[in-house]
Amino acid sequence: MSTSLRTETGPYFGDFGGRFVPESLVAALDELTNEYALARQDPAFAAELMQLHHSYTGRPSIITEVPRFAAHAGGARIILKREDLNHTGSHKINNVLGQALLTKRIGKSRVIAETGAGQHGVAAATAAALFGLDCVVYMGEVDTERQALNVARMRLLGAEVVPVKTGSRTLKDAINEAMRDWVTNVETTNYIFGTVAGPHPFPAMVRDFQKIIGVEARQQVLDLTGRLPDAVTACVGGGSNAMGIFHAFLDDPEVALVGYEAGGDGAETLRHAATITKGRPGILHGARSFLLQDEDGQTVESHSISAGLDYPGVGPEHAWLASIGRATYLPVTDDEAMSALRLLSRTEGIIPAIESAHALAGTLDLGKQLGPDATILVNLSGRGDKDMETAGRYFDLLDKGAEQV
Amino acid sequence: MNIDAGHGPTTGTTSTVEATIIRRRSEGGGALIGYLPVGFPTLSESIDAAVALAHNGVDIIELGLPYTDPVMDGPVIQAATQQALANGFRLRHGIEAVAAITAQVNVPVLVMTYWNPILQYGVDRFADDLLAAGGAGLITPDLIPDDAAAWVGASTRTGLDRVFLAAPSSSDDRLRQAVDASRGFVYAVSTMGITGARGDVDSAARVLVDRLRAVGSTSACVGLGISTPEQVREILAYADGAIVGSALVKALSDGGVPALAALTRDLAAGARDLRPAN
Repeated sequence: MSTSLRTETGPYFGDFGGRFVPESLVAALDELTNEYALARQDPAFAAELMQLHHSYTGRPSIITEVPRFAAHAGGARIILKREDLNHTGSHKINNVLGQALLTKRIGKSRVIAETGAGQHGVAAATAAALFGLDCVVYMGEVDTERQALNVARMRLLGAEVVPVKTGSRTLKDAINEAMRDWVTNVETTNYIFGTVAGPHPFPAMVRDFQKIIGVEARQQVLDLTGRLPDAVTACVGGGSNAMGIFHAFLDDPEVALVGYEAGGDGAETLRHAATITKGRPGILHGARSFLLQDEDGQTVESHSISAGLDYPGVGPEHAWLASIGRATYLPVTDDEAMSALRLLSRTEGIIPAIESAHALAGTLDLGKQLGPDATILVNLSGRGDKDMETAGRYFDLLDKGAEQV
Repeated sequence: MNIDAGHGPTTGTTSTVEATIIRRRSEGGGALIGYLPVGFPTLSESIDAAVALAHNGVDIIELGLPYTDPVMDGPVIQAATQQALANGFRLRHGIEAVAAITAQVNVPVLVMTYWNPILQYGVDRFADDLLAAGGAGLITPDLIPDDAAAWVGASTRTGLDRVFLAAPSSSDDRLRQAVDASRGFVYAVSTMGITGARGDVDSAARVLVDRLRAVGSTSACVGLGISTPEQVREILAYADGAIVGSALVKALSDGGVPALAALTRDLAAGARDLRPAN
C-alpha cells in the first residue's frame, strides 16, 4: 500500500475536523498541540506512560476467545479485547493517563472533564487523585441519575461532580459546560477530553493515547491464530474505543472495520444516537463531523439506553473513514444490545458494559454473514458493573420475587 | 436578488457599523452596542425590544440567533435562547426580525450566531438573505479566521461586515489576524470567560485594546461582563465601543420593554460626553 491511513495528525481528516471554537480557547489548544508534539518526541514521556500502563492500569489487557458466545454468531471465531479488565473498568484510563501526564508537563494544577456514562469521569478523577490535581467533572443531570454509582465513585476519589441542567441534560450539554469552564479558567486548568471528538488536537491526541488497544490486539490475535482477523468491531459513541482498536488495522485492507452506533428504539425512529447512519455533516463541539441535527443546524437530542453512546456527534476521523469507505458504521438497537449483554453474561461469565454490548450485538449478525471460517476481534471496551441498575430494571432482576429471565 | 441600496452596505463602501463607531468617537464618546436574542420572549416582542434599543440610545444592534449549544454564553442568555428555541425559533425568523427592525430604525443590525446554523442554511444563501433584509453583517463567536474561508468569501462578495473575536490570551499574530480579517469592528473579549454581568470588568480589557491598537485596529469594541453606565464610561475611555448583552436580556426578562428602555437610556448616558467626566 503506497499511502498509509495511519499517519493523519489533524486538524483535518479529509473534510472533517478543524477548530470551531471561541478565540479565547485557541491559545490553550495551541499550547496543548505544541506540548503534545514535544511529549510525543520525548522518550521519557513515553516511558512514564508505559510504566503507568503496566503497573497501574494492568496493561497489556488480555484477549479472550469466547466459543460459547460465538456459537450464536454462525460459528465464527470471536475474540474479545478485554479493556473491561483495566483499572477503573474501561478503556478510558488509557487516554486519561496520557492527558494527565501532559497536564503535569504543562504545569497546570486543575483538570476538568465531561462524562456521559461516568467512565471517563471516573478515569479522570482517578488520575487526578494519583497525580494530586484538582478535578471537576461535568455530567448531564439525566446521566447522574442513571449512572449514580459512578457519581459516588468520582466523589469518593475526591472529584467535584457538577450535574448539568441545561439543554438535554446529557453528555453534549456536559461538554458545553466543560468548555465554558475552560474558557473561564484556562490559565490554571487543562481540559481532559474523553473522546476522539472536539477541536484539534483532541481527536488525534485521544486516538494516539487509545491506539495501544489495537497495537496490542493485532499482535495478540496474530499470536493466537496465526493471521489477522477478518473483521474488527467496536461500539461508537464519540468513538474513542473504536478508533483505539481500528487504528492499528487501517493499513490492513483485508481486515473489515465495523463500528456499531446506538440505534436506540431503532434508527428509523426519532429516538437513537446513530450519528453516521442518520446524520449529516455539521459542526458540534469544535469540529466538523457527522451530526444529528435539524434543518436549521440545531443539534437534535440523541437517545440510547447506554449513557456512553448517547451523543449526537462522532469523532471526525470516523466521519472520514466512513466517507472513504474504510470503515462501516451500523446501528444496533437498545433491545439488541441488552440481549447481547445477557448472552455474553450467560455463555461466558463476562458482564459487558451496555456500550460494549452494542459491539457484541452487531458481531452476532456479522458472524452469521461471514460464516464459520471467519475470525472477528471485538473491543470489549468496558465492564457492566456500572450498568447493574439499568440491567436490573430492564430484565426485572431487582424486585423482590423477580423471576429469572 | 432584491437588494435595497438604502439598506445594507454594498461592496466597496464603508461599513455602516464602522462609520457609526467613528462618528461616536468623533463626538467625544463611543458606540454603545446592545445584544438581544431573536425570539425572546416571543418573536414579535424581540423585534419590539430591538427597536426600543435603537430608540433609547443604542448605536448598533447585535441580534443573537438562538442555538442549542451556545458555548460562549452564560446562564442569562442561555435561558433566553433556550426559551426561544422551545417556542419554535427558526433561522428564517432571524432574517425576518432583521428586516422588521431595519424597516423601523436606521441603526445597523449585526447578527451574532454560532456557525453550524449558517453552515446548514448555506453560507452564501444566508449572506444574500441577510443583505436583502438590511442586515449589516455577522459576529461569529465560534468561527475563527483560520477556518472562515467560506464566510470571508461571502462577506467580501456582499459587503457584509464580519466581526471576529480577540481574547486576552490571543498571541500578537492572532490579534493581527483578527484585525485584518474583521470588517466593522473587532470584538475584544474583556476577560477570559463567557457572557454575563460581572462586578468589575477585567483590567485585561484595557491591555487587550492597547495590543489591538498596536497591530492596527481602529475600531475595537469591548464585550463580556458589562452591565452598568459606569462600566460603559470606563471602557469607552480607551475603547471604541462597549457591548452589553446579559444585562439587557435580564432587564427585558424581568420588566419587559419599559425596563429594557430605561436601562438602555442609562447605558447610553454612559457612552456620551466622556470629556466632561474627565
